[in-house]
Amino acid sequence: MKFLCLDCDDVMAFAERQIPGDGTLAAVFTCGSCGREMAMLTNPMETQLVSSMGVKIGGREVPTQPMELARTSLEGGREGAFALSEDIPLASGEPPGTSAGEAATGRVVWTAEAAGRLERVPSFVRGMVKRIYTDWAREKGVSEITPDVMDRARTELGLEGM
Amino acid sequence: MRKIRTYQEVTHETGSDLLEQVVDQQRRLADRLVRVRSVVAVASGKGGVGKSAVTANLAAALASRGLAVGAADADLNGPSLARMLGVSGARLADRQSGVAPAQSPSGVRVISMELLQEEEDAPLRWREPGMGGFIWQSTIETGVLREFLGDVEWGELDVLLVDVPPGTDKIRRLLELVPDLDQMLLVTTPSETARFVVSKSVRMAREAAVETVALVSNMAGHTCSECGHVSELFTGDGANRLEEESGVPVWAVIPFDPRLGAATDSGTPLVISDPEAHSSRAICALADRVEEHVGIRTEDATEDAVEQGGS
Repeated sequence: MKFLCLDCDDVMAFAERQIPGDGTLAAVFTCGSCGREMAMLTNPMETQLVSSMGVKIGGREVPTQPMELARTSLEGGREGAFALSEDIPLASGEPPGTSAGEAATGRVVWTAEAAGRLERVPSFVRGMVKRIYTDWAREKGVSEITPDVMDRARTELGLEGM
Repeated sequence: MRKIRTYQEVTHETGSDLLEQVVDQQRRLADRLVRVRSVVAVASGKGGVGKSAVTANLAAALASRGLAVGAADADLNGPSLARMLGVSGARLADRQSGVAPAQSPSGVRVISMELLQEEEDAPLRWREPGMGGFIWQSTIETGVLREFLGDVEWGELDVLLVDVPPGTDKIRRLLELVPDLDQMLLVTTPSETARFVVSKSVRMAREAAVETVALVSNMAGHTCSECGHVSELFTGDGANRLEEESGVPVWAVIPFDPRLGAATDSGTPLVISDPEAHSSRAICALADRVEEHVGIRTEDATEDAVEQGGS
């Protein structure tokens, strides 16, 4: 799908995506020559068609997760279908490492509060969600994941319902 | 009327990144399958011919002779492989590098939609906007099948069997994901109706230039357990006729045996619980043929590379 600015005969470039939460989607494209903007609005069916391909207009904020499409699209996923390959390392009872030290080794720990919040995520997608937060923290040099860190990551990554 | 440039004429990308993401999906799948020597589809086009039971028994037979075997249940709407191979309820280890498949007692690595669904009797449903399912359902199911093949940590495999649901469209779906499929086993019965339907699948496999295509004649006669008399379940000679018409060889003739169904119902394939049964022996003969053809494409490619390197 491409949008052509007819006045400039120039292809318009993706600029912004908005997901209002009602199943619709808005994608803004801009003409690099004249600066004209246009928004492509999709209805829920059209939005679903794109998401069924396992792609996101404008690119992904987080790397593709294993079986992401199945896990995010299946109705009635089995609780306990997926087992985390490692336990969640909790910070409680351990001295929290400094950001530099922990991040240098790539080790990220979860506080009990953050782990509790993660526990409320359906287990069908919990491993995937845990990885997304952990990767974000590691990338930012954050060694300890707290509810506040989760909120920051969620906002920055545009994660809904995680 | 003004001339508007066509899509192909506009070579500059929009930055929407859609095409790149699709290409990345294909690359992930190809990267995963690099470690699989042979991808073998067990298909038919026709329903009710015993594809899944053949797949489960064939997988167990191949694994029992020391091959590394995976089994992917491409029948998302009517999954049965997990049950037949005895891994119902198994948990899948969730790793960054992929989802670890369930391991059957017979040593087969399994992925099936059954392992992902909470309720046993729940039909497959996707989160949806409530309309237009006919437009995107095939797209999402193709995507999930791609994940079954590409996001599962199969490891090194000699054979990855894919149990393909009825319908030639499902065969095409697999061929789009795995265009260099190594083998396609087309399961049929002696019935004329099955021959009629499976002939379409033969043509599709031929047009897709699948390396090796073979027929499996299932439910070919019933042997009385008391007197040994063989009686026909179907009138007709569908598999042989199809072989004559198409030139596609019949690799196995599997007699009907109620114990085959009972064994797969219990999660232990008959080739494991009773390897001497007539149908088990037929499936083991089929395993011989499949094994003979494992890695032929890879070996051919290696030989070509050696020849080119030496010339």
